[in-house]
Amino acid sequence: MYAFDFEKPGSIADAVAALKDEDAQALGGGQTLIPTLKQRLAMPSKLVSLTGISEMQGVCKADDGAVCIGGATPHAVVAAEAAGDYPALAELAAHIGDPAVRNRGTIGGSLANNDPAACYPAAALGSGATIVTNAREIAADDYFQGMFTTALDEGEIVTEVRFPVPEKAAYMKFEQPASRFALVGVFVAKYADGVRVAVTGASESGVFRWSEAEAALSSNFSAGALDGLSVPADGMISDLHGSGAYRAHLVAVMTRRAVDAAG
Amino acid sequence: MPKDHGIGASPKRREDVRFLTGAGNYTDDINIYGQAYVHFLRSDVAHGKINSVDTSAAEGMPGVVRIFTGADFEGVGGLPCGWQVTDRHGEPMQEPAHPVLAQGKVRHVGDPIAAVVADTPEQARDAAEAIEVDIEELPAVVDMKAALQDGAPKVHDDLKNNLCYDWGFVEENKAAVEEAFGKAAHVTTLELVNNRLIANPMEPRVAVGDYSRATDESTLYTTSQNPHVIRLLMGAFVLGIPEHKLRVVAPDVGGGFGTKIFHYAEEAFCTFAARQLARPVKWTASRSEAFMSDAHGRDHVTKIELALDADNNFTALRTETYANMGAYLSTFAPSVPTWLHGTLMAGNYKTPLIYVNVKAVFTNTVPVDAYRGAGRPEATYQLERVIDKAARELGVDPVELRRQNFVTEFPYATPVAVEYDTGDYNATMDKLLEMIDREGFDARAEESKKRGKLRGLGVNCYIEACGIAPSNLVGQLGARAGLYESATVRVNATGSISVMTGSHSHGQGHETAFPQVIAEMLGIDESMVDIVHGDTANTPMGMGTYGSRSLAVGGSAMVRATEKIINKAKKIAAHLLEASEADIELKDGAFSVAGTDKSVAWGDVTLAAYVPHNYPLEEIEPGLEETAFYDPSNFTYPAGAYACEVELDPDTGRVTIERFAAADDFGNVVNPMIVTGQVHGGLAQGIGQALLEGAAYDENGQLLTGSYMDYAMPRAEDVPFFQVDHSCQTPCTHNPLGVKGCGEAGAIGSPPAVVNAVVDALQRAGKDVTHIDMPLSPSRVWAAMNG
Amino acid sequence: MTKVTMTVNGKAASGDVEGRTLLVQFLRENLRLTGTHVGCDTSQCGACVVHVNGKAVKACTMLAAEADGAEVVTIEGMAGADGSLNTIQQAFQDHHGLQCGFCTPGMVMSAAALLSENPKPTETEVREYLEGNICRCTGYHNIVKAIMAASGQDVGVIAAE
Repeated sequence: MYAFDFEKPGSIADAVAALKDEDAQALGGGQTLIPTLKQRLAMPSKLVSLTGISEMQGVCKADDGAVCIGGATPHAVVAAEAAGDYPALAELAAHIGDPAVRNRGTIGGSLANNDPAACYPAAALGSGATIVTNAREIAADDYFQGMFTTALDEGEIVTEVRFPVPEKAAYMKFEQPASRFALVGVFVAKYADGVRVAVTGASESGVFRWSEAEAALSSNFSAGALDGLSVPADGMISDLHGSGAYRAHLVAVMTRRAVDAAG
Repeated sequence: MPKDHGIGASPKRREDVRFLTGAGNYTDDINIYGQAYVHFLRSDVAHGKINSVDTSAAEGMPGVVRIFTGADFEGVGGLPCGWQVTDRHGEPMQEPAHPVLAQGKVRHVGDPIAAVVADTPEQARDAAEAIEVDIEELPAVVDMKAALQDGAPKVHDDLKNNLCYDWGFVEENKAAVEEAFGKAAHVTTLELVNNRLIANPMEPRVAVGDYSRATDESTLYTTSQNPHVIRLLMGAFVLGIPEHKLRVVAPDVGGGFGTKIFHYAEEAFCTFAARQLARPVKWTASRSEAFMSDAHGRDHVTKIELALDADNNFTALRTETYANMGAYLSTFAPSVPTWLHGTLMAGNYKTPLIYVNVKAVFTNTVPVDAYRGAGRPEATYQLERVIDKAARELGVDPVELRRQNFVTEFPYATPVAVEYDTGDYNATMDKLLEMIDREGFDARAEESKKRGKLRGLGVNCYIEACGIAPSNLVGQLGARAGLYESATVRVNATGSISVMTGSHSHGQGHETAFPQVIAEMLGIDESMVDIVHGDTANTPMGMGTYGSRSLAVGGSAMVRATEKIINKAKKIAAHLLEASEADIELKDGAFSVAGTDKSVAWGDVTLAAYVPHNYPLEEIEPGLEETAFYDPSNFTYPAGAYACEVELDPDTGRVTIERFAAADDFGNVVNPMIVTGQVHGGLAQGIGQALLEGAAYDENGQLLTGSYMDYAMPRAEDVPFFQVDHSCQTPCTHNPLGVKGCGEAGAIGSPPAVVNAVVDALQRAGKDVTHIDMPLSPSRVWAAMNG
Repeated sequence: MTKVTMTVNGKAASGDVEGRTLLVQFLRENLRLTGTHVGCDTSQCGACVVHVNGKAVKACTMLAAEADGAEVVTIEGMAGADGSLNTIQQAFQDHHGLQCGFCTPGMVMSAAALLSENPKPTETEVREYLEGNICRCTGYHNIVKAIMAASGQDVGVIAAE
C-alpha cells in the first residue's frame, strides 16, 4: 500500500468535512478497498473510516414500513436484524463473501463501490431502494450507472439505504468458482404495483433490470411466466469463468429459481 | 484391536501442539536483527528485450540500501537444472541459461528484472516503482504447438528452437507398436489436456539470507522441502560457496506439494545480497507474486490411442504428448513428462507394447515442474480416461474391462522399463466396489432425477512409482543427483534418542510417525525419540521429501541406522551380562540372554556406552550413534481403485461430488491416521484439478488466473466426507519396512474418477459427450452439453 | 505515525503505526504474535482470521488503526493459561484436523466463531462457514470432523481414523 493518513470521525458531518481533503477516500469495511490498496491500484491521501459513526449503524423500520439500513452496517448485522422484516434481503446479506468478510463489509461500502459482481446492488435495484447520502436521496434506478460507477459525487457518502418491503422476494446467486462473487445473481421482488427483477454479475454495464421478465412476472408471478424469455448475450461479461451466452442463460435460470424461491 | 503404539498405531501428532497454539516457527516468523527487505521488480510482459534498466532515480529513495540488476549477476552462476533428458536421437535436451535476475530478455510475466533492498518492505516497493525499465515487447509464445512451428518467436535466442527435447520411449518398441495398431480389432483414441495447475501451499515462499563476516558463513532460511538439495545446488552451481560455509535451514514449512523442492532465484538472491551487504536480507512472497514465480505443474496436451484385440485385451498403447516447460528449466522439470510419466503408462495393465512420445516445449510462461504426483497423474489420467472411453465404445463394463487386463502376477516387468514388485489390483477393486454400493446407484440416480439433476459414477485404477529411487538407475536416466536418504540415530546416555533425518516434514507428521518405527524396533516408549530435521547444520546430507519417499527411503535409512544401534548395543549388553553376543535378545526395551532370566535394561546399556567403565573398549568404541544412507533398489508401487459419484445440474452445468471412495494398497502402514489424512488431502487436490483449478494465460502471455479471485481453490463446500481404505496391503518387497508411499496417491487417482463420473452422468442422460477437458467448470460442462 | 492501543489476548498492547499498517502486521511485527499468518493478498484464504470485539475478521483486511480500542483475540490466546489446548484445539489434534499447520490458526479462530454463533452446526453449516478459510493439506475432511466433534456431536459415524 502507498502511505496514507487515517481518520475515524464520529459523525457524518465530521466525515464529510474530512473527505474534503484532496484525494481523501471513504473507508467502509475495507473488504474491497484494502485488497485494492494492497495491489497499489489506488493512492488515497487519507482514508476516512465510516465505521465509528453510530448514526450510520444498524437496521430499523421506517413509518412507511421500509427497512432502513445504516450505511456503515456490516453484512452480518443486516443478515441478523433484517431477517424478520425483509427475509430475502437478510438472506442475501448472509451469503455475501464469507463470515469474516460479513463482519466487516458494509452495505454503504458495497453500494458505493458498485462492483459488477456484488450482491447488494441487485437487492437495492430489485427493491427500488432509496440510497440516502449526506446530501440527498437517490432512487436506485438513478444510482447505478455502470460498472464501478454510481451517481455519488466526490466526497458524498451513503449514510442509509431504505428498502421498501415487497410481498415476496428472493435472491439467487450462482457463484464464480474462484472468487465466489456472483457470476450471475438475480433479485426478484413482487410489490403491489409490479415485479422488479435486478441482475448482477452478468452485464458489462453492471447491475440492470430485466424489464421483459418484470413485465411477464407482473402479470403472472410464476416461473412458467418466464418461458421463452431470455436476455441477449451481447453486452454480457465474457471471461474465463463463462461466456456471455452462458451468463445470459444463467440469468434466465436464476430468475426462474428466484421466483420459485419467493413462492 | 488397533495397536496403541508402535507401527500400525495412530498416536496424536506431537507437532500439532505448536501449530494449534500459534507457536510454529515458519520462515516468515524469523526476523534477524538489522534485516533489510527485498522487493523484486518483475516483468509485466511475457517476452521482451531489455533495452535499459535505469535505477538512478530509485537509488536515492528513502531507505534504499542497494538495487541489483542482471548485471550484478553476470559473474554468478545461473539456476541449475537437475536432470538431463536425452532425446529420441541420442542428443541431450536443449538447456538454456537461467539467470538469477533477467539478463537481456524477460521471458515470462513475473521474470525478475531488478531487486531493491531497503530498510522496509514498503520502501523497497516504492523504489522498485521508480526504476525505469525500457523493454521492447516481443511477440510471446504461449501455445505449445504454435511454439514449435517454423518461424515462431524463440524464447531463447541462443537455442535452435523452442523444443527442449523430443523423447521416445521405448524408442525400440515404436515399430512393433505401429504393427500392433495395424492388427487391432478396435482402437480408441482420445485427445485431452492435463490442465496447468499452481500448487498453492498455503504458506507463500520466504527466504532470509544472513552472512557473518567474522566466520565467512552464509545462512539461508527458506521454505524448502529439501534444504540439503538447496545447499548443494546454490552453493556449488550458483554462488560458489562450499558446504562448510553455507547452512540452509527449512524450519516449519507450510506445505510444499512439490513446488518447494526447487531452487529458486529468490533464495540465491537473498544469500548473495546478504554477503554483498553484510546484512540480513528477507523476502516474503505475496500470494500474487507466488502465482507468477512458483513453478507451476502439469500442463500436458496429449493424444492417446489404445489398441484392443477381438477379446478386448489391450494389445498396444501409443501416446503423443506436448509438455510445457515454461520459459526456463526448473530444477527437475525435464524428468516429469519423461521418467515420471512414460514409465507409468502401463498402469495396472498387462499391455505388452507401449510407445510414448513427449515433446517438451519452451513457452513464455512460468516454469513448470513437479506438482503432487508429477508425471504420474498425467499418465494415470490419460490411461484411465481412454480405457473408460474404450469400454463405452465396446459396450462393456468399465470395471470388467479393467479387471480383464490387470497385471496379476508379480514381479511384473512392464514394457516401459519398470518392474512392479508386488500388488493385488483385484483386491483393491473388490474393496472399492464394497465401499461404493454400486447396486444402489440406480436408486440414487432416480432420486437425483426427481430433483432435475443428473447422476454419474466413475471408477478408475491407478498405480504410481514412488520412493524415488535407485541412484545408479536415475543417474543413467539423466538425474544429476543421487536419490538416497540418510539418518543419524543418536542414542543419548540415558537412553533417549534424537534422530537426525535428511527427510523434511512439512505437514506429513514425521515427528510423530518416525518415532513409532524406532520405538517398535527397540521396544521403548515413543516419547523417548525425537526427530530433528530441516537444518543442514545438524542433519546428515539427505535428499529431502518429495515423490512420497520419506518413509520408504528416509524411514529405511532410519531402520538401517537403528539396526546398527541394536547390533552395537547387543555387544555392550553381552559384555554387561557376561554372555555371548549371539545369545542376546532385545525385547520390550531390555536385553536378555536367551533361555535365562538374566537381562539388562535399555537405559543401562546406553549409559554404559557413554560411561564406559565396565565396557569392551578393546572391541568397540564408546558412544551409541550411528548413521545410515539408504539407497533403494527399486521404486515402490502403491496402487488402488477409486470411485466418484457426481450430481450434475443440467441447467447450470454445476457438478457436485456426492461420494468419493478410495481403496489404496500402500503396503504396510505405520500410522493409519496420518496415511488417511494424506489421502484426503490428495483427493481434494485431484478433485480441485478435475473441477476447479486451472492456470490460464491469454495469447499475450498474461496470467489470467493471478490470484484466488480467478484461480479456484477447493474449499470445504466443494468436497464431501471421503471414504478411504488401505486395508489391502501387499508389502513392498525390497525395503525393510514393507512400505510404499501415500502422499501423492490421492492426487494421482482422483481426476479420472471425477471426469469419468461426469461423462457417465451425461451419457446416461443421452448426451453425446465423450470428453470434457479439466477443469470441469460449470461453464465448460454447460457448453459441452449445449455444444 | 499514530499510536494505537488495544487489548490483545487479555493484555493491553499499544504501538505506533502508520495509517497503512494492517492489523496482521501490528500483531506479527509489533507484538511478535506470529501465529496469525498471511496466506494471500485478496482476503480469501483466512489464515489471518482473529477475533475483534468477539467477531471473526481477516486481520490482513483491517487496518491496525481501525482496531484502536478493540478487544483482539489471536490463536495465541486460545489455549488455557497452563498451556492446555481448548476444546476446539484438542479436537483438531484428536481428529488430525491439521497437517502443515499454516492455515490452522485461522481455522481454529473461524471454528470458535462458528461454535459461538451455532453450538451444534450440521456438516453443511460447518462447510459453509469455512468458505473463507482455505486449507491445501487436509481436504477439509478432518477439519469438519474436528469442529463437529468440538461441538459435542458424535463423529463416530464419519469414516474412521
